[in-house]
Amino acid sequence: MVKMVMTREEVFKASGPASGANMRVKIGATRDGRITAGEAILHYQAGAFQGSPVPPGAQCAFAPYDLEHVRAVGFDVLVNRPKVAAYRAPGAPISEYAVESVVDEVAKKLNIDPIEFRLKNASREGTKASHGPKFGPIGLVETLEAAQAHDHYQSPLQPGQGRGVASGYWFNIGGQSSVTLNTSEDGTVALVVGTPDIGGSRASLGMMVAEELGVELDKVRPMIGDTSSLGYNFLTGGSRTTFATGKVAVDAARDLVSQLRERAAKIWDVPVGDILWHNGEALQKNGRGGPTETLSFRDLAESMGKTGGPLVGQASENVQGAAPSFGTHVVDVDVDRETGRVEILRYTVVQDAGKAIHPSYVEGQYQGGAVQGIGWALNEEYIYDSEGRLENAGFLDYRMPVCSDVPMIDTVIVEVPNPAHPYGVKGVGETPIVPPLAAISNAVADALGIRFSELPMSPPRVLAAIAAASSSK
Amino acid sequence: MAKVTLTGNLRLYTAGVTELEIKASNIRELLRNLGKQYPDLAAQLTDDLAVAIDGKIYQDDWFAAIGPDSEVHLMPRIGGG
Repeated sequence: MVKMVMTREEVFKASGPASGANMRVKIGATRDGRITAGEAILHYQAGAFQGSPVPPGAQCAFAPYDLEHVRAVGFDVLVNRPKVAAYRAPGAPISEYAVESVVDEVAKKLNIDPIEFRLKNASREGTKASHGPKFGPIGLVETLEAAQAHDHYQSPLQPGQGRGVASGYWFNIGGQSSVTLNTSEDGTVALVVGTPDIGGSRASLGMMVAEELGVELDKVRPMIGDTSSLGYNFLTGGSRTTFATGKVAVDAARDLVSQLRERAAKIWDVPVGDILWHNGEALQKNGRGGPTETLSFRDLAESMGKTGGPLVGQASENVQGAAPSFGTHVVDVDVDRETGRVEILRYTVVQDAGKAIHPSYVEGQYQGGAVQGIGWALNEEYIYDSEGRLENAGFLDYRMPVCSDVPMIDTVIVEVPNPAHPYGVKGVGETPIVPPLAAISNAVADALGIRFSELPMSPPRVLAAIAAASSSK
Repeated sequence: MAKVTLTGNLRLYTAGVTELEIKASNIRELLRNLGKQYPDLAAQLTDDLAVAIDGKIYQDDWFAAIGPDSEVHLMPRIGGG
């Protein structure tokens, strides 16, 4: 086995950024605001090897819109730069930045409110998506309506400030997961999963298992098992863990409940069909107990060594039916006309979660995605010298947003349940990075009257654009 | 027969055909029958695909059922970051 350790500089130079891109988007619309056609020609940098995320970029570009005539063509372009790598909703923020910028321009040209314009053209359940299949239950319209009704959208701007709106889409995936529930004699249960927790999934999975078993959350101890301690698990990615591993965890809990009912039936010497499981207790359908009125989870755990041995719930599945999540973001900005710095004054994320199992962690994903997108929109870029050497291979010069750069990101959780999950869960991790690029660009255009078609809108670039606009007057 | 739509670059291997009808009761049968009908396409019908059946997207699921009137879309595989 070889262990490879890279310095921060090597990580920047060799492990892969997101694609750069060059795009052309055309949208036609009637005077009353109905989009008649959309076309996107997308060129994504792949670096030295094929493999940019241009396929999902092309698929997602027009997903928020119900279009009769639509075409998206993607090119995977090899260039003499580092290979690219997957980066939160790979490919989608790029293409949707271009489309959502043009949508904003068309709405302005038609003098229609940008949310109203999106509502007139929004994808709904049954819409044939631009990438082919018909959408199931989706929550785009609900996010637009919630954004429109939000205090943020209703509040006035000060002179010189700008407001931008953009929507975004990501597919989400399911995949293979395995879950084991190991019961202890003290009435606790170890929830062992193989999908590492990168956003609060242990808490969400624990809550679903506690709900199924009818026990307090602190009786469930979630942990990430080693590769060899469980059946196969696909990685954490594609916004799949709370959906896919969550469904498998629920099924493992139902397997355990089935065993608990069998043990209670043995103890009471009645058919298992006569046993119900309710609020963490076994009870008989006819309302009569055996020697005791009920048998709790703890009672059955305590006696498991004498009633048949260890109680272990298990499930392994290849989960299908991931449902997409749509989001709509609203952002206010101010632009320092002397330095070119764009300040984020207020930011609101509205997104469909299907069902938010742990709302605070869902909000955390919304906020994290928005801030990652703010960095992409305003500052983050690889800067090369004239010889092609990377000049900013470190976090001192590669400008990521820090807490002092952003306001509290407000969130609204919309819930349009996914029928393929027992509680309605949709993945939420990737969609929140999709809208910020266009939302901020639209806000800057609103503030300055200058449309930026290149990112990031860093101070030198903004200052140059202001100077160019002034000199052309 | 299921109504099948090919998206992305798959049309390059079917002489431009993107919509067709095929008899198949599940995804594995669909891919086999498509490969027989379009031999150049067979090599492309790999793990890099996602298959949407009546709007529900499947990946790595040979035995997902296809109904006689199902609408099926073959799409690039979806990953994530």
